Amino acid sequence: MVNIPSSIDDTVPAAEVEDVELYHPHSWWTTYVFSQDAKVIAIQYSLTAISIGLVALVLSWLMRLQLGFPGYFTFIDADRYYQFITMHGMIMVIYLLTALFLGGFGNYLIPLMLGARDMVFPYANMLSYWLYLLAVLVLAAGFFVPGGPTGAGWTLYPPQAILSGTPGGQSGGIILMLVSLILFIIGFTMGGLNYVVTVLQGRARGMTLMRMPLTIWGIFTATVMALLAFPALFVASVMMLFDLVLGTSFFMPAIVEMGTQLQHGGGSPILFQHLFWFFGHPEVYIVALPAFGIVSDLISTHARKNIFGYRMMVWAIVIIGALSFIVWAHHMYVSGMNPNFGFFFATTTLIIAVPTAIKVYNWVLTLWRGDIHLTIPMLFALGFIVTFVNGGLTGLFLGNVVVDVPLSDTMFVVAHFHMVMGVAPIMVIFGAIYHWYPKITGRMLDEIMGRIHFWVTFLGAYLIFFPMHYLGLLGAPRRYYELGESAVNPPSAHDLNVFITLMALTVGAAQMLFLFNLVWSLRHGKEAGGNPWRATTLEWQTPTTPPPHGNWGKELPVVYRWAYDYSVPGAPQDFIPQNQPNPDRLSMENAS
Amino acid sequence: MHESAKTKPSATPALPRPSGLSGFAADWASDQRTFKNVSWGKAMMWIFLLSDTFIFGCFLLAYMTARMSTTVPWPNPSEVFALNIGGQEVPLILIAIMTFVLISSSGTMAMAVNFGYRRDRRKTAALMLLTALFGATFVGMQAFEWTKLISEGVRPWENPWGAAQFGSTFFMITGFHGTHVTFGVIFLIIIARKVWRGDFDQERRGFFTSRKGNYEIVEITGLYWHFVDLVWVFIFAFFYLW
Repeated sequence: MVNIPSSIDDTVPAAEVEDVELYHPHSWWTTYVFSQDAKVIAIQYSLTAISIGLVALVLSWLMRLQLGFPGYFTFIDADRYYQFITMHGMIMVIYLLTALFLGGFGNYLIPLMLGARDMVFPYANMLSYWLYLLAVLVLAAGFFVPGGPTGAGWTLYPPQAILSGTPGGQSGGIILMLVSLILFIIGFTMGGLNYVVTVLQGRARGMTLMRMPLTIWGIFTATVMALLAFPALFVASVMMLFDLVLGTSFFMPAIVEMGTQLQHGGGSPILFQHLFWFFGHPEVYIVALPAFGIVSDLISTHARKNIFGYRMMVWAIVIIGALSFIVWAHHMYVSGMNPNFGFFFATTTLIIAVPTAIKVYNWVLTLWRGDIHLTIPMLFALGFIVTFVNGGLTGLFLGNVVVDVPLSDTMFVVAHFHMVMGVAPIMVIFGAIYHWYPKITGRMLDEIMGRIHFWVTFLGAYLIFFPMHYLGLLGAPRRYYELGESAVNPPSAHDLNVFITLMALTVGAAQMLFLFNLVWSLRHGKEAGGNPWRATTLEWQTPTTPPPHGNWGKELPVVYRWAYDYSVPGAPQDFIPQNQPNPDRLSMENAS
Repeated sequence: MHESAKTKPSATPALPRPSGLSGFAADWASDQRTFKNVSWGKAMMWIFLLSDTFIFGCFLLAYMTARMSTTVPWPNPSEVFALNIGGQEVPLILIAIMTFVLISSSGTMAMAVNFGYRRDRRKTAALMLLTALFGATFVGMQAFEWTKLISEGVRPWENPWGAAQFGSTFFMITGFHGTHVTFGVIFLIIIARKVWRGDFDQERRGFFTSRKGNYEIVEITGLYWHFVDLVWVFIFAFFYLW
């Protein structure tokens, strides 16, 4: 029998891997621009994602202006409207949410929370960012080519995505979109391999998988999923590019356009939908799982209570990740696929509600009788739970075939996914930024601006998306440039649209306040100190704040406990950092 | 802070671990590393190959979907891929030779890995170069095959014998695989040069990463090479033999 340490009182195993030698930058360029330090790469990722996200925000304003005041803004014609929709969706889902959660928070938090000096392959990590930046630039170039960006909708369904009737369909727009996606995937793979190997093979002494903070579990599972799901998008993009450039017919059936028989024939548009959604549905959870993880840590820290059911939380993350690969065709109930598939995919879809519900219950039970501090991260975490439950419940409607069919392609769908994978994860991103900004910069974000930002964003998001459910039930279709005087657009619906538009502009303005706060607090924020939230996880235990190159100074941290020792009875403080040995153990060591 | 010498398996003292299922559980329950004695580089290559498997899987599934759903007859691969040798049509002869060459290259690669761990600089480099030569031969024969088909009128968008998707999937899948082989050849040559020069004996630092390399990189390159070989077996089975 081998002696495996069974409790935290046992000794921590000796180091298996010698401390790594880091690349030490020699110049300003290699320190701040072509940096191999995961923390710098994280900030680069985040700033790039936020910048391109601002473009998406402006696009959403323009769409709302058109829907609220149709015909008033003449520069928004039908083509532009579709281009705005497409770019808004693609930017938000991939270039903002995926990049910010995995490239941003993943890079910053994985090495720090695991007690590592850096990612395992810093050079590939750096390349990952530069390819991401290139992908963003190629995407943005779509706005400047003749014909503009593609207007195919963010799902890029063929055949219409590459027909001349679609804006950007036969010009540079769609090509740039597909090339940008391919670049993004290659870049992400370089980063993703780093995140996965660092979690699996690069942890500190004492850091077992079941002692990792849930943030890391969420990011890790999401990265594994991304490495398996993005290949489908890669393949779909390559094939569509060939259909467009080489004239192949992977996705193109025989088709007559404007009275002309096209050269294409024999391809399967539904094949694209399968490939796209084999990526697309895991993508929802690639965005959601890091949010789940981060929000668990925010709630536990700011309620001064251990997370309820840690093991269940971990398994729920893993099970959601696995299940999300066998639900993709619930996006395709009306696509014309074999209707029998619907039964299978509806069943698997509804099964996901079980682990998801476990998570929600556990968040609520963590809050129960906790010492809740209504700090701004906590407010956003609470906002997330409510929003996510709302969006999740409408998911039950859309997951069932018979209920989905009439709701399909209405504003109800728009309301659903904006609640569940738009607003909810963004709430977490905001909460996480308020939470970790002190570690990144050494200063707190301004409290008053933060509270205004939260309440306007949270209430505003509800006022935007709640009425959309009603519009959807009325039958208002999504992606329509103009509804005109129709049965689905009574005067009451039109008034609602005006209201939604005004709310969207208000919420957008609140984001400007947030950005101002980010910049203003850099100089004028309160000094944070090393551990302002009195949190247990390793990133708050670094020798200096912001953490230096190599994170830990001379000695790597040693982990003695899980990440959730808050309000432990008998402990001198209401939190015990992960790298603090047991008090009785300390006294034993002192005695010896 | 020292170099990551112990990220290579040979330098790690073997840990006393229970065997079988309880060993598996102990590894996953342990700290620091889940896969004991697996270096970072090797772990990364395995996970990359898993991801790459999904890419080739999607390509092949897309091809099968196209082939099964097309209403036009699919060209007969035995006739299309036949060479006229001495007045006789020999089906799939070129593909057979290509497959033989590629599988042989896996053998020489395995030998290179073996000599690498014995720190036999010359033999390792020679065998890697031989592997690269086999790989280049494979790509060359593929270029010949492409040329032949193109001269017979096969295009990505049409061909003289039937479903247009035949040409599209053929050029796409063999092209993507050929690109993998080409990258493999380039990596092999680069690593062989490093082995030859004695980089891993002198612990010379990498140009880009400034990390010291070691002979394990030969094995990691080998993993990639065997994977590309294995993928070819599937392409051969599903595209040429079906």
